[in-house]
Amino acid sequence: MPPEQSIDYLATGPPLVLIAGALAVLVADAFRPRSGLAAGGALTAVLVALGVEAVLAANAPLATFCVGASCSYAVDSFTVLFQVVLLLAGLVVLLLARVEIRQTRLPAGEFHFLLLAALAGALTLAAGRDLVILVVGLEVVSLPLFALVALRRYDGRSTEAGLKMFLVSVTSTAVMLFGISLVYGATGTMFLDAIGAALRRPDTPGAVAAAGMVLVLVGFGFKISAVPFHFWTPDTYQGAPVTVAAFLSVVSKAAGFAGLILVLTVAFGPLVAVWGPLVAVLAAVTMTLGNLVALRQRTVMRLLAWSSIAQAGYMLAPLGMAAGVAGTRVPELVAATVGYLAIYAAMSLGVFAVVSYAGWIGGRGGGEVDDYRGLAGSHPVTALALAFFLACLAGLPPGLAGLFAKIVVFRGVLTGGFGALAVLMVVNTVIGLYYYLAWASRLFARTGSSVHFGRMPRPVVAAVLLSGVATVLMSVLPQLVLGIAPAGG
Amino acid sequence: MNLLTVLVILLPLAGCLVVLALPERVAVGFCVYVSGLTLAAAVGMVTWFDYGRADQVQLSVDLPWIPALGLRLHLGVDGISLPLVVLTALLCALCAVYLTRPAGSPDRPRALVSLLLLAQVGMTGTFLALDLLLFFMFFEVVLVPMYAVIAGWGGGPGRVAAARQFILYTLLGSGVLLTGLLVIYTSTSTLDILELTRRGGAGIGATVQVVAFLLVAGGLAVKVPVWPLHSWLPDAHTEAPTVGSVLLAGVLLKMGSYGLVRIAVPVLPAGAAEIAPVLGALGVVGIVYAALACLAQRDLKRLIAFSSVGHMGFVLLGIATLTPAGLNGALFANLAHGLITGLLFFLAGGLAQRCGDTDIAGLGGGLLGRAPRLGGLLVFAAIASLGLPGLAGFWGELLALLSAFQPAGALDRELYLGFMAVAGLGAVLTAGYLLVMLRRVAQGPVGEPVADVSAVEWVVWAPLVVLVVVAGLWPRLVLGVTDGAVRTLLGGG
Repeated sequence: MPPEQSIDYLATGPPLVLIAGALAVLVADAFRPRSGLAAGGALTAVLVALGVEAVLAANAPLATFCVGASCSYAVDSFTVLFQVVLLLAGLVVLLLARVEIRQTRLPAGEFHFLLLAALAGALTLAAGRDLVILVVGLEVVSLPLFALVALRRYDGRSTEAGLKMFLVSVTSTAVMLFGISLVYGATGTMFLDAIGAALRRPDTPGAVAAAGMVLVLVGFGFKISAVPFHFWTPDTYQGAPVTVAAFLSVVSKAAGFAGLILVLTVAFGPLVAVWGPLVAVLAAVTMTLGNLVALRQRTVMRLLAWSSIAQAGYMLAPLGMAAGVAGTRVPELVAATVGYLAIYAAMSLGVFAVVSYAGWIGGRGGGEVDDYRGLAGSHPVTALALAFFLACLAGLPPGLAGLFAKIVVFRGVLTGGFGALAVLMVVNTVIGLYYYLAWASRLFARTGSSVHFGRMPRPVVAAVLLSGVATVLMSVLPQLVLGIAPAGG
Repeated sequence: MNLLTVLVILLPLAGCLVVLALPERVAVGFCVYVSGLTLAAAVGMVTWFDYGRADQVQLSVDLPWIPALGLRLHLGVDGISLPLVVLTALLCALCAVYLTRPAGSPDRPRALVSLLLLAQVGMTGTFLALDLLLFFMFFEVVLVPMYAVIAGWGGGPGRVAAARQFILYTLLGSGVLLTGLLVIYTSTSTLDILELTRRGGAGIGATVQVVAFLLVAGGLAVKVPVWPLHSWLPDAHTEAPTVGSVLLAGVLLKMGSYGLVRIAVPVLPAGAAEIAPVLGALGVVGIVYAALACLAQRDLKRLIAFSSVGHMGFVLLGIATLTPAGLNGALFANLAHGLITGLLFFLAGGLAQRCGDTDIAGLGGGLLGRAPRLGGLLVFAAIASLGLPGLAGFWGELLALLSAFQPAGALDRELYLGFMAVAGLGAVLTAGYLLVMLRRVAQGPVGEPVADVSAVEWVVWAPLVVLVVVAGLWPRLVLGVTDGAVRTLLGGG
């Protein structure tokens, strides 16, 4: 007889609210299309979910779907931080979408339904503590995204981007499922903490589990677009609507990292000697290739795609050091990755927010870097904001948030005693600065004919403001997102 | 009066933000006002500083900021940093006044003023910071505004390339520096510079010290700049607008040498003892190299820029002796270079504005006849730069040479005697190129007269002239302040 399970509806509240909102939006849109109901409903759902997070933060830690001591779904400070970041990112994306939906004739009801569904999947991923929940969460993030990427039905590039992402993603899921089956075969459990415990027992076939783990790692590698699993990223970013690209670059990547961190530290902690060096190599290759290729990009969306690949490399770097430190210090390294990710989310969304508005001069989808010349002439505040976000991404003051993120990662790498990776990161930081600076300096170029960028729509102003406030806040009080790691790691 | 320490940073920071909301025409006036107030605060620090305890940090502020990083907002001054804080406030205020000249009012003044004030925040903060990461943070703050000033307000066609070279080169240095600082942190678990100085390297293994010293000094060496890492400097100084060159030469370079004295030498004494001869060698090579390069320059600004490499070579030599006299000499030379080269760049800017360009042949010579006061100031600044006894340039370099005669016990004396001889040769060459420059610019047949020194220019240049003379005639004014603190730093090891 299967054991009785009780469901803690508070703990599962945020994804439930989003799912309810998604269904409501879909139904409402069927009866009253083009009324703004969809947008309003989606915004409300996200705001309510954020309210639930406030309650959760006060009551954490919570756990539900438990069998014995192991639980499938847990809410601790790690989960709450990820969910809040994801929800705020979702909020910004929704604000940006209001304008893009109108400008590019996207179907509003479907868009909001799919977006909320993907967001719910991302929230679940951050709370999942068994492999099945993680896979289901990952698929709930991915499936709506294929449709979202291809939502500009009249545009062949959009369809191609969706198809490419679909194929890559399905393959990665298949690889991952195979890996999970190996892990299950070796350990006899799906719960992350139970896998960890099983791997510490001498009678567990470690080699099989390690092979399974590598395959799981590959699966997550696709989601976070780490080199060499990154091929889909540039084309997908360029073909997708700008807001969807923003979602991919922040929400989807953050969700992938949440899952990766949980799997590596909670379940595969005992195998750190295997995955540590592997992740370190991935980090080195990812940041270097991402930055080098980003150097040569002229199209904004491709530049952002490659830079987001490079940034994923920085985020992986501290995780890769886990093999070099005592087990009790691994949470420090994880906290470095989590902190970098949260700060990256804020600054990256800021860039996307400005791009979603200013990037329409060149036709569709972000335009070229050269199209941004003279933005400061007509929109000084917007240009300053974009320059600030780019400085953050480069990790240079006045973008202090980015600087702190880089410092945390550097410290993690040096704690692990990997001087060579630190030096490689120094070089990468300089390369990164080169292309961010090239873009930022164009904003302030004096152009003979002042390009007219038009008035900035109010939702975009709100989105820029929101990401700006978040980034400034993290420049002054980065401790809000630093020092948080999942329990049981 | 710890409020003053906060004010010297907070005033420019507030000014940098507030000016963006003001109309363009009042921006420069506002800048004069803010930087004047900051200078007043710095003078207040000089007044309230207890000279009997110059070896201790005073007027300090110590607040927790980011516990997750171990970063504290720990600021304060001692005998080493006080003169540099005042120099920064003074040069920034003079630059602000210089912008008020009707003939030279800048394009887009609001943005320029905001950037200059932001740079001032970073420069002042670097000298005040007593926390490794805070030091690094302020060190980095300067980069973007300086880049923008060079790229946006520079004179020549190569300004964008020069600015890019400047920021990428120095960022590479900063990355190496950060790595070094974090190596110190991982082996000591503290970021507090005072605590680290007190420990004097205790608890850090000899190999780690050498590695950390290489990283920290290597990172700072880009900023100093140490030959052969100087190649960003001539382009940046030449392309920058006058105020940019003055701040670059007058303050920015000092951030590097100050970092060596404040962090690298006292925190990593064993590493310093190991690497110092290399630093000394690079210093003297820089002196001779710069002098030879200067002999070949045709552009006045470029010549002054290269001369900076030579002067900073003396600073480096002084530091490399690891003796109190050498460090005192280095700090004095630092300050003197800030005053003299600041003045020289102001004068070059004045000439560029009058003659359209700073090509030495194009200036036409005979300046002493065409504009006697301007020519006189140029002669004064040049002979101060070549180290005439009685002017500020003399003492620092003399002390650096003298201390190379008797370096710290652990160092190879014969090697340092060699350094001394080569540096002495460099000093002769320095006199040579400056006199050649004077002959070609100040003397010669008198051509078209040009406008002489204007009232605003007097206001800006006179304080520098006075300080060069005062520091030259009464070096105790500076050495008395730095000496105690230098002995404390070295005493730790």
